[in-house]
Amino acid sequence: MLTTVNHHHRVFLLHRSPHFILSPKSLHTFSPKCLSSSSQTLTQPPQNHPIITLPTSQILSIRHSLLNRQLTAVEIAESYLARLRHAEPKLRSFLHVADEESVLREAKEVDRKIANNEEVGLLAGVLVGVKDNICTSDMPSTAGSKILEGYRPPFDATAVKKVRELGGIVVGKTNLDEFGMGSTTEGSAFQVTANPWDESCVPGGSSGGSAAAVSARQCVVSLGSDTGGSVRQPASFCGVVGLKPTYGRVSRYGLVAYASSLDVIGCFGTSVADAGILLHAISGHDSFDSTSSMREVPEFTSKFTSLNILESRPLQGLRVGIIRETLGDGVDENVVSSIRAAASHLEDLGCSVTEVSLPSFSLGLPAYYVLASSESSSNLSRYDGVRYGNQVTADELTFLYGESRARGFGPEVKRRILMGTYALSAGYYDAYYKRAQQVRTLVQKSFKAALDENDILISPAAPSAAYKIGEKKNDPLAMYAGDIMTVNVNLAGLPALVLPCGFAEGGSAGLPVGLQMIGAAFDEEKLLKIGHVFEQTLEGHSFVPPIVAGFAS
Amino acid sequence: MASLLFRGLQVRPLCIYPSSLLTKKVGVFYCTSNSLHSQSVTTQNQPKTQSKVASRNQGTTLDKLLKDYEAVIGLETHVQLSTITKAFCGCAYNYGSEPNTNICPVCMGLPGALPVMNSKVIEYAVKLGLALNCKLSLNSKFDRKQYFYPDLPKGYQISQFDVPIATSGYVDLDLPLEYGGGHRKFGITRVHMEEDAGKLIHADGGNHSQVDLNRAGVPLLEIVSEPDMRSGIEAAEYGAEMQRLVRYLGVSNGNMQEGSLRCDVNISVRPRGQVEFGTKVEIKNLNSFSAISRAIDYEITRQVQLHNQGLAYQIVQETRLWEEGAQKTVTMRKKEGLADYRYFPEPDLPEVTLTKEYIEDIRDSLPEIPELKRRRYEQMGLSMQDVIFLANDVNVAEFFDATLSKGADMKLAANWIMGDIAAYMKNEKVSINEIKLTPDELAELIDSIKKGTISGKIGKEILFELIAKGGTVKGLIKEKNLVQITDPAEIEKMIDRVLAENPKQVEQFRGGKTKLQGFFAGQIMKESKGKANPGVLNKILLEKLNAKS
Ligand SMILES: [Zn+2]
Repeated sequence: MLTTVNHHHRVFLLHRSPHFILSPKSLHTFSPKCLSSSSQTLTQPPQNHPIITLPTSQILSIRHSLLNRQLTAVEIAESYLARLRHAEPKLRSFLHVADEESVLREAKEVDRKIANNEEVGLLAGVLVGVKDNICTSDMPSTAGSKILEGYRPPFDATAVKKVRELGGIVVGKTNLDEFGMGSTTEGSAFQVTANPWDESCVPGGSSGGSAAAVSARQCVVSLGSDTGGSVRQPASFCGVVGLKPTYGRVSRYGLVAYASSLDVIGCFGTSVADAGILLHAISGHDSFDSTSSMREVPEFTSKFTSLNILESRPLQGLRVGIIRETLGDGVDENVVSSIRAAASHLEDLGCSVTEVSLPSFSLGLPAYYVLASSESSSNLSRYDGVRYGNQVTADELTFLYGESRARGFGPEVKRRILMGTYALSAGYYDAYYKRAQQVRTLVQKSFKAALDENDILISPAAPSAAYKIGEKKNDPLAMYAGDIMTVNVNLAGLPALVLPCGFAEGGSAGLPVGLQMIGAAFDEEKLLKIGHVFEQTLEGHSFVPPIVAGFAS
Repeated sequence: MASLLFRGLQVRPLCIYPSSLLTKKVGVFYCTSNSLHSQSVTTQNQPKTQSKVASRNQGTTLDKLLKDYEAVIGLETHVQLSTITKAFCGCAYNYGSEPNTNICPVCMGLPGALPVMNSKVIEYAVKLGLALNCKLSLNSKFDRKQYFYPDLPKGYQISQFDVPIATSGYVDLDLPLEYGGGHRKFGITRVHMEEDAGKLIHADGGNHSQVDLNRAGVPLLEIVSEPDMRSGIEAAEYGAEMQRLVRYLGVSNGNMQEGSLRCDVNISVRPRGQVEFGTKVEIKNLNSFSAISRAIDYEITRQVQLHNQGLAYQIVQETRLWEEGAQKTVTMRKKEGLADYRYFPEPDLPEVTLTKEYIEDIRDSLPEIPELKRRRYEQMGLSMQDVIFLANDVNVAEFFDATLSKGADMKLAANWIMGDIAAYMKNEKVSINEIKLTPDELAELIDSIKKGTISGKIGKEILFELIAKGGTVKGLIKEKNLVQITDPAEIEKMIDRVLAENPKQVEQFRGGKTKLQGFFAGQIMKESKGKANPGVLNKILLEKLNAKS
């Protein structure tokens, strides 16, 4: 068992100061009195603290430094931009980096407002990476595909708009598997992104660029998208926090559709608090997305402060189900042992951990690939060479379509379009699409039953830690199999949080392993609360990759 | 945003490829695009009688052909809804706007854009479903119908497939008397909601086509009939009834020339007595009801003749185009098996759920539909000719009803509307809503004549003034001093004067030339400036003429 007593002091200090920042009333007011009372705790650089490994909220630290006038937004932006430039040649996280002048202009505007004691949003001065399948009006949005090369949307995705409204600065567009179809980011039509922990490894995918950029502190937080695990698996591979919200919690308007009934925009951060703050910023009903939920968005962020962490067993009474089917054959033993250790850590925190079985679990993977491919075959019909991509001149319209698409799409995208077209074809629909929908209903029911008995369910985020670039490139089935831990959650539309919990062998400092926590629909609040306590009490691991340490020194 | 998008379009032309690519389909798209104007002009220039003549001529040969064969006909009708905004976005749609000026990321199908349902579309669908006596689905959904064409920006059309909003209805109609009249009831298979596509514009002499997305995403209702029709006239009248219905309901302008109402015909022919249907052929490019009738008659003739020549195998499942100029149908594309549209449920839209209360509210607010109006007029005692005429145009029917509600005599109101008012509208090419005469004033006019305040002749004179310039009957009578003279003493004075001025004619009358009564009456009427009451006038005149004989 881990002794948590040592950490309580730290946790308390860290999260007492955010308290005034986060309470809604004081969000937009600058209050020097409050700041002075807590400035000591936050101005101390983490390195000076005896326990250097506990994740801190970069967003709250930035806010504190800005409001306390210890740093300017320009200084903060410059430091991130310097790290971005330093790491980028090795990692290639970004498909497009914002023009430095415009980033600094936005930062200056934040500084001007603060100097004038004007209100600034919670993300003021926070550099945000945005996955390149999320539309931005001032930057290209290619979804990692040649067919959208040079495409610049005339609008911001709702999530991006909300980030900007709160003062966030979009620092660039991150790399991904083409249209989000892949688990390694090798499927990008433009470049391969490396894992910050080991540059010979994949960062995971499809949101590999967003995960790598946050892991390497090239930006503070980032937006990704998760259709079958595309936020959670790269979070696991890169040792960062990845949050996949409930389907409908965040507007999909402006997210380039892959599989509409499964797609969600998710968040990456280096702490649970950052992922939660970013989720809060982008959540809520959107009149432009009729699948977005009308539910009120709770103040997730209060969970980081209201919790009585001084208690020795802060999670007393919570029921945690560990999914039996996720720890069996084919799962790396380092992963299994990390998850078992995480489970006993949760027990130490007061949770009761029991094994649960989801009998339909193994059916989820094929059902997912049928449904996702079917929807993608339809969603990608619009890229027909008439408006996007390089139009191939042909004598017949069908050749124009065929050739333009043949040249515009990569092999994985073609494979899924073919599979989906097949599954939806007359005579096959009932055997594939319809049956997959039936499996989906089963999966939903079995999750519902398990979550009626448990507050959260836990599992690995992936069967292994990051693997070598090229390792599964020519073996799509092996790559698909890696999604077994995550796809069921998308089929059920549930929220899930992945956070680093241990290491597997590999690289110079080991390769991180992620723990997945699955909650009931729209209960992100509980996930964030448990995740935060877990993260703030986990001893002995530093999830800062070597590339960051190297730059800082 | 719109202007920004439009700029984007100019920089990156939507669609560039040799027009030869489209030659196979050019015809179809012409019928729904720009050249519609020229086509509709030809249709309009051909007087209605031509179609009657044509079908009458063909009728005799058709009758012979149909002795042994029977045609089975069904229609698919697309109705463009007159909602303020499109089906899934906030864009307006105005027919004839500059290309690509009523567009947004949603109806352009830009990556990341999502459809949001316009609830008016559902309301209109429920209205039409109820008016067609359909069963409404309390839970229906949208599906994607997938095919590639440059005017379809998403590569799929949002439509309804296996669970349409309305099913199993029927429509009643009365055939025009000139075609023998008679009542018909045709089954309605289904009504479903969907979105329209854009239009292709083929530049003159250019080697490329352009896409106008103004129409993309405009809401449509597709009405599929049962194969219950047996002749061109029945099908044309079914189409006309759909037009009346949507106009009565106010859900569409029903304008065929603008493409707001489009009919496709499915037709097969089978030997009489055979139960199975023959091979079905689809006919498109039908821009008027008379075109529907003529195209069907042509197609029946073609198919029956193939049967008679033992060439029935040459009738294949295909889409044929009606060529207005040549007055015949030609092959557009042969169907190689059934097209596979790979329908699946639209994941971007929630299911459509109707509550019983919602449906009942709409049912309670439904206007009187054409069939009910016709039956009511019939019961009121109007002739079938009058019934069909008055109920044909919702505005005329409303005008008539409003006139009656002011207490006007039914028969007289019908006669005025069908006579002088209809003639004026035809000559001036205006609708009843555009004339200045109001139902109130027509009722007043009829009443004034009935009461004898003015003569029928004067009534007719001021009618045209009321139609053209407006004003009130009372005002005009006063202004022009047109009140009828009914005072016998005053009329007698005028009679005396005229008789005194025409002694010779008086002599002749008394000599037996009684026809001269008309001459005297005319002179006296002239003397009274048309205001003398003819009854009183004639009575006194006769008394005077006969008294002294
Ligand atoms: Zn629009």
